[in-house]
This record gives sequence, structure tokens and C-alpha cells, in this order.
Amino acid sequence: MDLSYTPEEEAFRAEVRAFLSEKLPRHLSEKVRLGKRLTKSDMESWHAVLNAQGWLAPNWPKEYGGAEWDAVQRMIFEEEACLAHAPRIVPFGLSMLAPVLMAFGSEEQRQHYLPRILSGEDWWCQGYSEPGAGSDLAALKTKAVRDGDHYVVNGQKTWTTLGQHANWIFCLVRTDADAKKQEGISFLLIDMNTPGVTVRPIVLIDGEAEVNEVFFDDVRVPASNLVGEENKGWTYAKYLLTHERTNIAGVGFSNAALATLKHVAANTRSGGKPLDQNPYFAARMAQAEIDLMAMATTNLRVVSAAAKGQAPGPESSMLKIKGTVIRQELSSLLRRAAGPDAMPFLPDYLDGGDNVPAEGPEHAPAAAPNYFNMRKLSIFGGSNEIQRTIITKAILQL
Amino acid sequence: MDFNLTEERGLLRDMLQKFLGEKYGHEERRKLIASGKAYNAGIYAEMAELGVLGALFSEEDGGLGGAGFDIAVVFEELGRAGVIEPILGNAVLAGSLIAELGTDSQKELIGSVIAGEFLLAFAHAEPASRYDLNHVTASAKTDGGQIMLNGTKAHVLNGAQAGMLVVSAREAGADWDETGISLFLVPADADGMTIVDHPNVDGTSAAAIRLENVVVDEGARLGASGEAFGAIEAAVARATLAVSAEALGAMEAAKALTIDYLKERKQFGIAIGKFQALQHRMADVLIEVEQARSAVINLAGHLDALRDLRERHVSATKNLIGRASALVGEEAVQMHGGIGMTDEYALSHFVRRMVMIDHLFGDVDHHLERFISLNAA
Ligand SMILES: Cc1cc2nc3c(=O)[nH]c(=O)nc-3n(C[C@H](O)[C@H](O)[C@H](O)COP(=O)(O)OP(=O)(O)OC[C@H]3O[C@@H](n4cnc5c(N)ncnc54)[C@H](O)[C@@H]3O)c2cc1C
Ligand SMILES: Cc1cc2nc3c(=O)[nH]c(=O)nc-3n(C[C@H](O)[C@H](O)[C@H](O)COP(=O)(O)OP(=O)(O)OC[C@H]3O[C@@H](n4cnc5c(N)ncnc54)[C@H](O)[C@@H]3O)c2cc1C
Repeated sequence: MDLSYTPEEEAFRAEVRAFLSEKLPRHLSEKVRLGKRLTKSDMESWHAVLNAQGWLAPNWPKEYGGAEWDAVQRMIFEEEACLAHAPRIVPFGLSMLAPVLMAFGSEEQRQHYLPRILSGEDWWCQGYSEPGAGSDLAALKTKAVRDGDHYVVNGQKTWTTLGQHANWIFCLVRTDADAKKQEGISFLLIDMNTPGVTVRPIVLIDGEAEVNEVFFDDVRVPASNLVGEENKGWTYAKYLLTHERTNIAGVGFSNAALATLKHVAANTRSGGKPLDQNPYFAARMAQAEIDLMAMATTNLRVVSAAAKGQAPGPESSMLKIKGTVIRQELSSLLRRAAGPDAMPFLPDYLDGGDNVPAEGPEHAPAAAPNYFNMRKLSIFGGSNEIQRTIITKAILQL
Repeated sequence: MDFNLTEERGLLRDMLQKFLGEKYGHEERRKLIASGKAYNAGIYAEMAELGVLGALFSEEDGGLGGAGFDIAVVFEELGRAGVIEPILGNAVLAGSLIAELGTDSQKELIGSVIAGEFLLAFAHAEPASRYDLNHVTASAKTDGGQIMLNGTKAHVLNGAQAGMLVVSAREAGADWDETGISLFLVPADADGMTIVDHPNVDGTSAAAIRLENVVVDEGARLGASGEAFGAIEAAVARATLAVSAEALGAMEAAKALTIDYLKERKQFGIAIGKFQALQHRMADVLIEVEQARSAVINLAGHLDALRDLRERHVSATKNLIGRASALVGEEAVQMHGGIGMTDEYALSHFVRRMVMIDHLFGDVDHHLERFISLNAA
């Protein structure tokens, strides 16, 4: 047992810190710090800064322009970036599609798409879920029928995160209606500018349109956009999901949220004294912190096992559940901390840049919207119920 | 013991439920909120005609009820339909204070409130007062029969829609003293009043108000100088009951939507309500909603009790309602999956309201601490 980082890891942390303090633009970190909404160009500009440093794709091999960091380095970067209030990296191209292309795509596909993900030329979104296919993803119905050199796609995807910014979508489509449901699925890349693709934003409980419905009406997709083999899409989809689950614990996010919460609680007065001296509120904060300290170590245990070449298996389900419960609890505490100031709905402030000041306490306007938005964590990426079922079957063998 | 509603209250509930069921559907409500209006004046007038506002005042004050169970019946239905019309700040808070402290001529305002012709608001909370009713820094200075008011008020429910505000201000004592707080009736258009409207996360509206050298005369004084705290606490007790019942109505609506969805939504070839993982949680939701109903009954039944007993129930009920609302809201969204998070679907509106009620008149932590100290007293 040794809980300390190696000297190399410590040096790496120092390098990351120095980079962030020099290169992370303040107008972005202020927005993130205050929970304001990020625009497309905010996210793109942060990607560009990271790309210039060669750090945009931590998990990619060097030959494709990645940083080729190991799991511990990735975690260190994640932690530091969160504490510095860096925008999150939009994962769809970088950590979902890219690993699939590297493992199953053709050489042409890799040469064409990977550089465009790094440069920001392409913005990808994930077209898995459908109205009738959520937890039961394999029930998806969007159909692709081969017609000469093309597939003709008809159907609908939904909950497509940031699809309104995307020009490309990777989709699971049904190519064989007669096969067993997992065996008739293919993995198809679709240019969203193709005639017949319609995107409709969905406003969520926090008042922001973060997800979309995407409709396909006789959309003609070149057959060369198929990844791997026809009807093998389920294998690729599951491979992608294991990558979606890396960093699922969100330790970095929770550390940053806890730091914000402590700052707010120390600077909020309740009953004449600082809120962090209210024994009931302080107890709840402390409990969340204690849970987070243990979970950070659980995460390291899983991550370092993976660093030695073992893939994180069903243990990632445990991290997903505990990690999301802690993030949700922290968001709930921050909402409570804001008190009556959590009530006003101020989209102009949330949409405003770092130069739009708050009327009241600066953290209050985002507190309730963020709490409501965080409900998504236990729903997406395999709901927490589905994760419990995975634990029951794969670990407990019940 | 009798847990049945009186015939009158039963009729009121049925009538209000029917009216809101017909006129206050989710689509109408969404359109109203999207329009940027704080409320629908037509619906509000009809509600007044049905006696909804009258039910919140005693017969002596020209109403038809005014007891705890009247408030509970009305607000449960308002919560079940997600009503955002200006009733809480107007009739329950400001209205109760005028009923309690007003002179006969001041009480004439109540008649126009009951008729739905005039709106009041209660400007009490301040930017730094959080949930503490005794924290008043706005000042009132008397000089030759004239009273000059200065200060800043926050989160004034429907403050920008009201014609007259009940404003609290300090005439004596330090910022946190219970004594020294007075109330004044101030017309919204008085010189020196700045009223800035804003929507709330849950669709309701409130205002930030600045009073700069606002001058009123002695006739504007509501009750005795420096002695308003007791009446404020009692009015807030009534408002706490109102929002607790409203949260209960919202929980009932969320529960009903979730039960229907569990039966309707199929994944893996069967209704998700067949998964025991969800069944047991729905059973817990039901238990919490029943607990919430009992807590509302407890407070409604003690609203006219002596101060200490009443306030013990205020804190017990509001703490329980806050916990139940968070649990019911979070579970209802979770069991719906993605659809539960959309603005388009009614559930998210009920959830926003029931959760944000935790931020009115004290949240779970505030009332837990207060309950413990009331128990010790
Ligand atoms: C904000 C947000 C962003 C998203 N982004 C994307 C995206 O970019 N791309 C994409 O493809 N998808 C995305 N999703 C979709 C997400 O993956 C689905 O919402 C998720 O898979 C759940 O599906 P569902 O919403 O249809 O819920 P359902 O599957 O209908 O589930 C409803 C409830 O039933 C429970 N349940 C279902 N089956 C079982 C079972 N067997 N046992 C016990 N309980 C069960 C669920 O846990 C849930 O509580 C996003 C969702 C959200 C909310
Ligand atoms: C102190 C005590 C006093 C008792 N007094 C009486 C008495 O006076 N009269 C009498 O008739 N009995 C009595 N019982 C017996 C009691 O009713 C049984 O213990 C009870 O029915 C559970 O049965 P079991 O112990 O066989 O556990 P099991 O039924 O074997 O259950 C084991 C576990 O599995 C869970 N479980 C079982 N079925 C399901 C399911 N379908 N879904 C989810 N979970 C499930 C249970 O909740 C439990 O956690 C008493 C028991 C105790 C401990």
C-alpha cells in the first residue's frame, strides 16, 4: 500500500497547474466557476487551447496526435482542470467515437476523421437513444436500408446532447430487422447537413436546451460511412460505452463543487453566523466530504488496476452510482446554501459573460438550475438502476 | 377525531379541482409562463368569483373561512394544478396582517382582495435576512406626523403586480431585535419606490424593492409602533401552512403522473412498473406523500394554538415537507428517465415548485434547528 503519487506524477501535476494558470482564459473560468452557460465558441476556444498544447486527446496514442497519458495522469489532469474551473472537454468525438474508429474503423476513416476532431472542424454528437429505446438500447428502430452505394436512413434519435452544435452524428441503426435485436445493428456516421436531417432542441428542467431530437427522413448516407462490419454495431457500441464510463466517478467535478460549496457556506450568513457554523448544514457538508474522500480512493483503486493493463470492468458501475450520488448531493447542498436567493430565474445572468454581474450573491442564480440539471447524472450513461443490475449480475452473481 | 372535511370544504375542493382541471392544463400554464406575464388576470378573476380568496378570510373579515383547514384545502388544489396566480403573498401574507392588525378603514382593502379587484404584497425579507423574520434593517423615521421609509426588500412575492404593499421597517432596536419592527401600508406608486420584477425558477414571480425616502402619513401605520413581530410570525405560520399544502398537492400530482408512467412505459418488453427496483421506490414515495399529508393536517389543526405550540408545528411540518418534496421530486424524475427532465412534460414543473418551496419561509435545516430550540424552550 502506498497512497502517494510518484515524483513523476507530482511533476506532471505541477506542469498541468502551470499550464492552466497561464493558458486558461479568465472569461471562461469565471463562467464555469459561477455555473454560467457556455456557448459553442466558449467550448471550441478551450478545445483549441488544449489542442495547441497537444493535450486535447489525453487518451489517444501519440501517432494520432494524442497525449497518450496513462489513467493516473488523466485523472490528475481532470482534477486540476476542474479545480481551475476549466470548461469540460466535449467527449463525443474525442473519447467516444475516436476509440471506436481506432479499434474498428478503416484506415481511411481514421485518417479523415481523427484530425478533424482535434482541429474542431467536426463537432460530433451521440445518436444512440430513441424514444422507445432508452435503458433497452438494443430495441432501437432507426432503420438503414442499403440502396446501391448508400444507406437510406429513416427514424428518430433523442436526448442528443449538444446536437444543436454538431455537424456529425454517430448513430446506431437497424440494418437487419429479422435478426435477434442485438445482431441487426450497425454503427453509421452521418453528416448532419445531409438533406432529411432535422434537429429540434429540447428545453430541460433547468431552462436550457442541452439536448435535442434528431429526425431522419430518407437521409442518404454513403455506404463508406459504415464503421466496421454491417450488423456488428452492438459490439462497437458496447466498446464505446466502456470508454464513456472512464472518469465516470467525476471526482474532479465533485472536488470543485465541494470547494465552491465551502466557500459559499463560509460567506453566507444564516441566523447571524456563517452557514458553515450551522451544525446541521456543516454536518451534511462534512458527510458529503467524507464520502467523497473514500470514493476518490475507490476511484484510484479501480483506475490504477486499469493502469496496469486491467480494464475497469463492472467496478465502474460502482463508481458511477457513488460518484453521481455525491455530485447530486453537493448540488443539493449548494442550492440550500443559496437560501432565498436560489429562487430567481435569471437567464440573462446565466447567458451573460463574466462581465454581467449578479444582483445578489454570485453563486446563487445557477444553484437551483444546476441542482435540477444534475438529476441527469443518475439517468444517462446507463441509469443507476441499470448499473445496480450490472453489479448484481456481474459481481454478486445473483 | 374526525379526519373528514366539512361539507363546505369538500364542496370547495371539488369545485376548485374541477375548475382548475378544465382551465389550468399544463399547456395553458406553459403558455402563460412563456408569455412573461406573472399571472392570468382572467383566470384570477374567475377564481375570485368561485370564492377561492374568500375562503382564506374569516367571516368577520368578509370571507367564508380563514381557518387552517380552509387554507390547506385551497392550496393543495393550487399545488396540484401548479397555479402561479398571486394568492400567497397577496391574500395569505399581506391579507392576514391587515386582518389581524388593520383598522376598520384599512380592512376595506380585504374586501377588494376577496373580490379579486386589488392585489397586495408583503415586503418584509431583505437581501441579508435569509429565513430570519426578525432581521429588519429598513428604517422608519417619524417627523411631524410624517413617516419616512428607507431600505431594500427582496423576494417580495408578486411585489410588482400589487397596488399596495405591507412594508416592514424598524423604528427601534438593533437589526436582529424582535421588538421595534413596525408595518406600513405603502402604495406601489409612492414616490421613492423602485420595484423590479423577476420570474422565479418555479414559474412564480417576485420583486426586489428599494424604498428611498418614501413618505407616508400616520394613517399608513398597520398596528402599534414597534410591535409587529408577533403578527408577522403568525402570518408566516399561515403562509407556511399554505406552501406546505401546495407542496403536498404538487407531490400528489407528481405521484399520479409517475404511477401512470410506470404502467405505460415499456422497456425490455415489459412495463417498467413491473421492475421491483422501481415498485419499492414507488411504495416509499406513497409513504412519504402520506406523511406529508399528515404533517399538513398537524399544522392546519394547530394554526390557532398558542404561539409556542403553533410554531413547533410550523417547524416540524416545514422540515418534513422539505424532505418529502426532495425525495418525491427526485424519485419521480428518476423513475421517468429522460422524459422527466423536460420542460415540455408537466412533471418537471411540479418538481420545480415542490423543491423551491424549500426556499420559502425556511428550509429543512433552518426548521430542524428551530424545532430543536423550540423543544428545548
Ligand atoms: C440530459 C441527458 C443527456 C443525454 N444525452 C444523450 C446523448 O447524447 N446521446 C444518447 O444517445 N442518449 C443520451 N441520453 C439518453 C440516456 O442515455 C437515456 O435517458 C437513458 O438511457 C435512460 O433511458 P430513458 O430516458 O428512455 O429511460 P427508461 O429507460 O425509460 O427508464 C425509465 C426508468 O426505468 C428504469 N428502468 C429501466 N429499465 C429498468 C430495469 N430493467 N430495472 C430497473 N429499472 C429500470 C430506469 O432506470 C429509469 O429510472 C441523455 C439523457 C439525458 C437525460
Ligand atoms: C421477531 C419476529 C417475530 C415474528 N412474529 C411472527 C408472528 O407472530 N407470526 C408469524 O406468522 N410470523 C412471524 N414472524 C415471521 C415473519 O413473518 C417472517 O420472518 C417473514 O415473513 C419473513 O420470512 P423469512 O424469515 O422466511 O424470510 P424470507 O421470506 O426468506 O426473506 C428473506 C429476505 O428476502 C426478502 N424477500 C423475500 N421475498 C421477497 C420478494 N418477493 N421480493 C423482495 N424481497 C423479498 C425479505 O424481505 C428478507 O429480507 C416473525 C419474525 C420475526 C423475526
